[in-house]
Amino acid sequence: MRLPARFRNQLPLRCGACHWRTLISALSLTLLSAALAAFADEGAGSGGVASPRLAAIQSRGRLICGTNGQLPGFSVLEPDGRYEGLDVDLCRALAAVVLGDAAKLELRPVSTNDRFASLASGEVDVLSRNTTLSLTRDAPGGNAISFAPITYYDAGGVMAPRREGVRSLAGLAGRTVCVVSGSTNEAVMADRMRLLGLAYTPLRFQNADQTFSAYQSGRCSAVTSDRAGLAARRSLFPDPQAHELLPETLSKEPMAMATQQADPVWSDAVRWIVYAVMQAEEWGITRANVATRLKEARANPDAAELRRFFGVEGDLGRQLGLPDDFTYRAVAAVGNYGEIIDRNVGLRSSLRLERGLNQLWSRGGLIVAPPFR
Amino acid sequence: MADTINALSNETIPWWRNRRVIPLLVQAVVALVVLIMIAFLLGNLVRNLTAAGLLLSWRWLNQPAGFDISETVLPFNAGLPYWRALLAGLVNTIRAVLVGLVGATVLGTLAGMASFSRNGLLRGIARVYVELIRNIPLLLQLVFWYFVVFLSLPNGTAAIQLPGLVLAKSGLYLAGFADGLRWVGPQLVNDVWQAPLRLSVEFGALLTGLIVYSGAFIAEVVRGGVAAVPKGQWEAAASLGISWITTLRTIVLPQALRVIVPGLNTQYISLAKNSSLAVAVGYTDLYSVAETTLNQTGRAVEVYLLLLSAYLVLDLFISVLMNGVNHLVQIKER
Repeated sequence: MRLPARFRNQLPLRCGACHWRTLISALSLTLLSAALAAFADEGAGSGGVASPRLAAIQSRGRLICGTNGQLPGFSVLEPDGRYEGLDVDLCRALAAVVLGDAAKLELRPVSTNDRFASLASGEVDVLSRNTTLSLTRDAPGGNAISFAPITYYDAGGVMAPRREGVRSLAGLAGRTVCVVSGSTNEAVMADRMRLLGLAYTPLRFQNADQTFSAYQSGRCSAVTSDRAGLAARRSLFPDPQAHELLPETLSKEPMAMATQQADPVWSDAVRWIVYAVMQAEEWGITRANVATRLKEARANPDAAELRRFFGVEGDLGRQLGLPDDFTYRAVAAVGNYGEIIDRNVGLRSSLRLERGLNQLWSRGGLIVAPPFR
Repeated sequence: MADTINALSNETIPWWRNRRVIPLLVQAVVALVVLIMIAFLLGNLVRNLTAAGLLLSWRWLNQPAGFDISETVLPFNAGLPYWRALLAGLVNTIRAVLVGLVGATVLGTLAGMASFSRNGLLRGIARVYVELIRNIPLLLQLVFWYFVVFLSLPNGTAAIQLPGLVLAKSGLYLAGFADGLRWVGPQLVNDVWQAPLRLSVEFGALLTGLIVYSGAFIAEVVRGGVAAVPKGQWEAAASLGISWITTLRTIVLPQALRVIVPGLNTQYISLAKNSSLAVAVGYTDLYSVAETTLNQTGRAVEVYLLLLSAYLVLDLFISVLMNGVNHLVQIKER
C-alpha cells in the first residue's frame, strides 16, 4: 500500500518497519551477549596442569597477599611503613619464587570476617593471615579453602589484668570477656564456658585493635585470643607486667597460609615453597650461606639430595609449575624457617616466644617437611 | 481524493501494522527479552555457584551457632541454632533503631525549633550543633562516644551513683522490680554491679551516636519545614496576640508537617541503616551476628542475602509507616 506523500505524516506510525528493526537489533544483541557469556564459561572451565592463578600473578607482575596488619610478630606495620612478621615473610618468599623479586608484593590488610570472601573472590592470591586450620574452613562444603603446611602452632588462651584477681577460667564467671567476632577463639570460649557451666558476657569487636583498646580501657575483665597474639599485644602495652595469661589452654590453633581450592596447582606451589624453607632449616641452609651451598651442590655430583633440592638436577620445580631453583629463591629472599621464626616471634624478636612446638621434628617439635624427591 | 481516503479507511489493516496491536506486541517482546535475560543470569549464577561449591543451601540455619551473644531480648545461648542467633541480632537492631528514632526525633525537633527561636543564644547553640555534627562522619562519632566518652567512665565503687541509677564503665544500671514485685536498686556484688535493668555502654554509645547524628539532620528538616510556612502566618498570629509557642504548636507546625514528614522518612531510613555501624562499638546487632555466622559457616551468599533482605524489609516498613503519617498530615480537601 503506497500512500500519497502528504498522507504519510498524518499517520501516527511514520515508519512501520522501525519497530521491527529495533526488535531485531535488541534480540540479536541479547543472543550475542548470551553466546559470549556461554563462550566465556567454556573458556574458564577448561582444566589442565596450568594454574590460572599463577598465570594471573605473573601477568600482573605482583603477588597480592591478604594479611592481618595488626598482629605484632605475624604482620604489623613498622614505623618505617613496611609490613614485617612471619606471615609477611612467607608472602615475600612466594613473591621471590613466582616473580623473582620479594618486593613485587602487595600486602592487603583484610579483616577477620572479610578474609575468606576476599580469597574466594580472588581479590587476594593467598591468605597469610594467622588463620587457624579447621575442618569447616578446609571442607569443600564449608569455606572450600586449601591450606598450606602449618607454619605456626599456637593455642587459644585468655589474658587478664593481675589486679582483677582472675587466676583461672572459673574466675571469669559473671564477667565480661572481649573477643574478636568471627574468630575461632570466640567459638572456643563459648564452648568451654558452656562445658564449665559458667555464665559470662562476651563483648564482640570487629578487629583486634578495637578489642584490645576496649580491654586496655578496662571495659572487660579478660580478653581471649591466641597465646602468641596475646603475648604480642601485651608487649605493646605500657605496663606488660600488669597482665597475665591464664594457665588454661583453650584450644589448638594451628596457623597456615590459605589458597582457593579451585586452583590445586597454585595451592601445591604454595605448599612446597613453605616446605622448602622448612627443609632448608633442617639442612642448615641459611640466607647467608645459600649461595655457597648452591655452588657446593653444583660442584659435587654426589650430593644428589641437595642437587635435587636446588634444582641442579631433576625437575622438582617444573613439576609444580615453578622455576627449578624455587627453593633457592625462597631461602635467598627470607632465609629458612628457623630464621623467619627467630626474627619475628622468637627470642630475637620483641615477642620473645620460645619455639616450643614450632621446632623441627628432629629437635622435638612438629615442623616437618616431606622428602624433596 | 475522497475515494482515496475512503479506500484507506475501508481497507482492513493487517495485524502487524495495527496501531493497537504493535505497542502490545513490542511490550510483550521486551518483557520476554527481560525475562530471558533474568533467567539466563540466574541460571548462570546457580551454575557458577554450583561449580564453586557454593550453591545456595539453608540447612546451616538449623545448626547450633556455637557463639554467645550478650544483651539479648530473646533468651539465647551457644547451643541454639543460627537462625535464633540472627533473630536475636535482628531484635537487637530493631531495639536500637526504635529507641534511636524516638530520641533523634525529640532532639531534632527541639534543635530545629531552637534554630528560629527569638533567643539568640539558643539559635546559636542549635546552629553550632547542626553544623558540627552533620559534618563529621558517623563512624568517627560512634568511636568517639564509645572509646573516649563511655569507656572513660569510672568502674566499681567509683561509678556515678544516683538514687536508683548507676552509671559505670560496664553499663547503665537502673532500679526496677525483680523477683516478686520487689523494688530493687543497683547493688555492687563481688565488684560487679547488678540491677534489674541494665543497658551496656556499647548500646549507650551506639544510641548516643545515632541520636546526636540523626538529630542534626532532623533539626534541618524541621527548620526547613517551618521556614516553608509563609511569614504572614506568624504575623497574623502575632497580631492576634497569640504567644510564640502557641503559634508554633497550633498554627505553624501543622502546616510545616506536610513538608517535614517526607524529609523525616529519609532520615529515619538512614538511621535504620546507620545502626549497622554498631559493629564498631561492640554492640551485637544483626550485622555483627551475620558476620560471625558468615565466618563460621562460610555461607557468604546466603548470609548476605538474609542481611540485605532484613535491612530492606526494615526500611520498607519504616517507609510504609511514614507514608501513613504523611497521609494523615496532608491537607484534607473537602
